Amino acid sequence: MTPHNARISLSSNHLNTVSSSPSLLQRLWKPGVLLLATLFSLPIFTIVSFVIHPANEVWQHLIDTVLAEYLLNSALLLVGVALGTLVIGVGCAWLTSVCLFPGKRLFAWALLLPLAFPAYIIAYTYTGMFDFAGPVQSWLRASTGWGVQDYYFPEIRSLGGAVTMFSLVLYPYVYLLARAAFLEQSICVLEVSRTRGCSVWSSFYRVALPLARPAVVAGLSLALMETLADYGTVAYFGLGVFTTGIFRTWFGLGDGAAAAKLAAILLLFVFTLILIERWSRQRAQYHNATDRYRSLPQYRLRGYRAGLAFCACFIPLALGFLLPAYQLALWALETYSYMVDAAFLRLTFNSLELAASAALLAVVLALFLAYGKRMLNSKTINLSIRVVATGYALPGTVIAVGVIIPFAWFDNSIDSLMREHYGISSGLLLSGSLFAVMFAYMVRFLAVSIQAVESGLLKIKPSMDDAARSLSHAPGEILMRVHLPLMKGTVLTALLIVFVDVMKELPATLILRPFNFNTLAVRAFELASDERLADSSTAALMIVAVGLGPVILLSHSISASRAGS
Amino acid sequence: MTAQIDVENIATGYDDLQVLSQVSFSLQPGQIGCMLGPSGCGKTTVLRAIAGFEPLWQGRILIDQAEVSSVQTFVVPEKRNIGMVFQDFALFPHLRVEDNVGFGLKGMNRKQQHSRVQEMLAIVGMPAYAQAYPHQLSGGQQQRIALARALAPRPGVLLLDEPFSNMDAEMREQLAREVRSILKQENNTAILVTHDQNEAFAMADQICVMNEGTIQQQGSGYDLYHKPVNRFVADFIGQGVILPATVENANTVRTDLGIITGDSPIADEAGAMVDVLIRPDDVVHDDESSESAIVVEKAFRGADFLYHLRMDSGIEVMCLAPSHHNHKINERIGIRLNVDHLVTFSRH
Repeated sequence: MTPHNARISLSSNHLNTVSSSPSLLQRLWKPGVLLLATLFSLPIFTIVSFVIHPANEVWQHLIDTVLAEYLLNSALLLVGVALGTLVIGVGCAWLTSVCLFPGKRLFAWALLLPLAFPAYIIAYTYTGMFDFAGPVQSWLRASTGWGVQDYYFPEIRSLGGAVTMFSLVLYPYVYLLARAAFLEQSICVLEVSRTRGCSVWSSFYRVALPLARPAVVAGLSLALMETLADYGTVAYFGLGVFTTGIFRTWFGLGDGAAAAKLAAILLLFVFTLILIERWSRQRAQYHNATDRYRSLPQYRLRGYRAGLAFCACFIPLALGFLLPAYQLALWALETYSYMVDAAFLRLTFNSLELAASAALLAVVLALFLAYGKRMLNSKTINLSIRVVATGYALPGTVIAVGVIIPFAWFDNSIDSLMREHYGISSGLLLSGSLFAVMFAYMVRFLAVSIQAVESGLLKIKPSMDDAARSLSHAPGEILMRVHLPLMKGTVLTALLIVFVDVMKELPATLILRPFNFNTLAVRAFELASDERLADSSTAALMIVAVGLGPVILLSHSISASRAGS
Repeated sequence: MTAQIDVENIATGYDDLQVLSQVSFSLQPGQIGCMLGPSGCGKTTVLRAIAGFEPLWQGRILIDQAEVSSVQTFVVPEKRNIGMVFQDFALFPHLRVEDNVGFGLKGMNRKQQHSRVQEMLAIVGMPAYAQAYPHQLSGGQQQRIALARALAPRPGVLLLDEPFSNMDAEMREQLAREVRSILKQENNTAILVTHDQNEAFAMADQICVMNEGTIQQQGSGYDLYHKPVNRFVADFIGQGVILPATVENANTVRTDLGIITGDSPIADEAGAMVDVLIRPDDVVHDDESSESAIVVEKAFRGADFLYHLRMDSGIEVMCLAPSHHNHKINERIGIRLNVDHLVTFSRH
């Protein structure tokens, strides 16, 4: 043994030797990931725990009075939006992927533009346009001489109106996924169906649509999740659904437990949709039978058919984007001179600052979590990241309730502890602070940044790290020379998407914000609720303008990428 | 001559699972070694241990006589002066070919870097592609660039991890020979990991056959084929059948096909039952022979036929016959044994 040991002690004087045990950083990583995951899934667990919470009188009162209404309205809303988004989304996707008609290339990306509109903003705009005193009805009366009682005009602020509003801004989810599915379908499958004697149109029903069904269902469940999550539109239209019910119960009846129980029921709907979406996506992976792709045949439409196709694509674009954007711009021109003041600049700055810090934090945390997953490759970590990623499906009202309850408990516990021992009140530490708002944003939007960062990391194969190390690069240099350049794009995308999502976010901000703290979204909602629709236009227009960013990114990527090319 | 790389009795594993034990070998400067074995045998782990991606549980590794890995010592991969070519090539997608090849050239000025990159591109036959991006290259071209990138910094040892497994079968052997001639031209010491024996034969001077984390046998391709030390090597390398036999004396056995005499002594005593390895080239097709067998299966392979034959005793052997001896299935043909290397395995 002696000579052997002697040799080792000689060579351990070697200059570049280091310990092979994991570094401190690596050892801290796993507990860090688990801590974050626990923290950000706290709201979900809080709400879920209320399912088994014993019922109180308020809850009994809700069951007796409004619960049936909430359930019925939510169900009707979901069915209506499902039909609306399916017809518009699938129809336009088929036309822009397989047919040739004037304007097709433009429509392919322009049909995504309505995504820039949060549903509540389009709802205010349409209400303003089609109200009794709005430009449309005024013009109608002026040109026909009708009086107030002489004609029927559909009421925008109704369930049907809400269905229309949601369909107009949410169809792009279905459109996007359906179009991708149509484009990815192997030409061979379509050609086989043609050789079996199917026309282009019957191939659509008999082959293309069934093949695209998982993608369509996935898009549809995203649209429906957004519908369930909405608060601004349904509150403005005075519809009794779960999100408005949670609000009323919390602020009107002052009962947190009952509100949480309502939130738990809403969660049930959401989880069902998540399951449907995941299941559909998995099935979609198996639906491509071959790797052979060729440019799809373009079915040239002529004459009135081309005109019909043009109209079919133009109407959703016009109603979902052009018209409301035009109306907002008109109002903004009328009102900006007195609306844009120091207070407005202040809240614009608030919004931008809040959105920017949330985006930065979400991306930093996502990098931490995603790198943890990549380096440690443990089941616990993968599972906890999945749990964190469900936050995106949770309605803002649910998250807000799920944040407020544990935060209030924490504040009260600290406060009573302080009173007991030191005779001083610590007051509210977390509740009603920007910290609570930021925390809720992380719960909701961390999923977005994680998804983007993970997809970027997937492009950096582990063998690239090994290759760089075998080429004399230390881990720090690899981060700078390999990871940074490869991750730049996805990190910027993640920043942008979270930034925009936070700008649009309404219900969680509304509930959790500190006193006198306003964002553009909250201000637009307040002004609209005060029937100052024209005055809300500057704030609304800014939100829409910011929202255009990710839409443009998306439209770039759909026109650039196609399977097999 | 002193060894360029020395692997001494190493053992390692992942978490609680031991993957390697008692692996030892060494290569002289300019020699090409090969770790050959089925998937999961630990051959890639040997490579990763040498590269410094896996710490050792036991033993030590020396590169150019400097200890890089042992239980006490661990030199990080970037300080080991190794080059590595990966199964998926691992080219950096955001860098042009010239920047990929120049990636490991540190401590050189731009001009030196440029000329070394040009030199490497010329060696791998791709001087025209300096400005291309990896995704614009074919698999074979990416392979060459990965090789150029690994060789550019003049590594003490080049490690190749299944470098041809993404290639077409026809391209593999050709590329293996090309890579061998490039390595020999630069006098590089290299270790290849593969599960494909033809690749190993085409490239390596010395082959270690591995199974279940240990080296079964080391030697040239010729030795592994003709003098396998155990049943695993006999089975893994080449084709053949095992025939029962009785030991006649110190270097002779009796089989159904006749008496075989070898040039080395048999471990078992006279009268003992043993198994004999019979390669297809040990069985010669001979119409004059008194022994015969029935053709059960045949495979045309261009220059020759590989026949599966059943003897009257029911035992099957394989026979390699020149391709103008075209016999039908169920035809009876004459065969005789012509065994140069007698390989016997004791029965337990």
